[in-house]
Amino acid sequence: MKNLGLLIVVLVGAVLIYATTDFPPFGDPESPASLHVSPRYLENSLEETAVPNVVTSVLVDYRGLDTMFETTVVFAAGVACFLLLRVPRRRTPAPRQYRHRLTGLTFRIKDGGEISLPLQEFEPMESIWTPHDFIIEKVCCYLIPFIQLFGLFVIAHGHHSPGGGFQGGVILGASIILLSLSHDLRTALKRMGEKTSALFSTFGVLIYAGTGALCLLLGYNFLDYQALDPLLPGGPVMARYHGILLVEVGVGMAVMGTMIWIFRNLASRGRHEEGL
Amino acid sequence: MIWQLDLLILILVVLCGIGAIMIRDLLGTAILFGAYSFMMCLLWAIMGAVDVAFTEASVGAGVSTVFFVATVYHTTRRTKD
Repeated sequence: MKNLGLLIVVLVGAVLIYATTDFPPFGDPESPASLHVSPRYLENSLEETAVPNVVTSVLVDYRGLDTMFETTVVFAAGVACFLLLRVPRRRTPAPRQYRHRLTGLTFRIKDGGEISLPLQEFEPMESIWTPHDFIIEKVCCYLIPFIQLFGLFVIAHGHHSPGGGFQGGVILGASIILLSLSHDLRTALKRMGEKTSALFSTFGVLIYAGTGALCLLLGYNFLDYQALDPLLPGGPVMARYHGILLVEVGVGMAVMGTMIWIFRNLASRGRHEEGL
Repeated sequence: MIWQLDLLILILVVLCGIGAIMIRDLLGTAILFGAYSFMMCLLWAIMGAVDVAFTEASVGAGVSTVFFVATVYHTTRRTKD
């Protein structure tokens, strides 16, 4: 059976590789894709949308509906992880154990009780507990703000350089994931709760679809940002430019919230109590 | 496009792909997938698709590796086949 599978895989692979010989060579200006579709966008994109990065204008403006459903797919993945993995919180929280860092004494806190001493002196003892590394903790503390700044730059500068909502959103999400990896899940949850990340991903999709619906209300086609001309400064061309930015922000929010949301459910088996 | 560099990265992509299937340790597989994504990112960049390369680097090599490792951490490191 195993050999049969190998044979099939090798055969299909050979057929696919044979088929690639019929492709036009890399970068061929005479290939069908480069004859009609690409020149239209390359020549008119800058005049119509004022966006130098043609990839962004095609992705968010000319093919905006595709990107909207891509964002919806990301959001759906987050919701699916939530529905499959999330365990509802117990009525009475299980007793937790804390270790005093200086003396090594262990405290058992019952039923959601609080420690009256300063919390920095304690560390939670978890079943998958790993000791904190001072260097990693501090380096990440200084690194995270710069990562977030870069994420915001990637979202805002997607018109002119590679990048955009998806990449910037992932980078922003990764900064929070890094916080929970370098400290622990509770620290990250304290900074950004589960509700916040879920609201971010929902509102991101809402901003995208809302922008489209707004265009519809103003008498144009769905996601035709020219309609936003009376609301935004700079004329109809700049309206498309700003419309793209608005949508990119929506995508960034949705992707950021979803990445954090998925990570939390995966890393803590849906309990959000202890985890990576 | 430098074809020597292209060929080297392409060989590494294939090796990472085969290694990810052959290896028995799932944590190793996750790391190899990260390496695979990173090599693919380099290939996209060589071919001039910078936006795709950026997405591959952040999603494929970055976040999805973290997801894999988090899942392996809570399940098991050994495969059954």
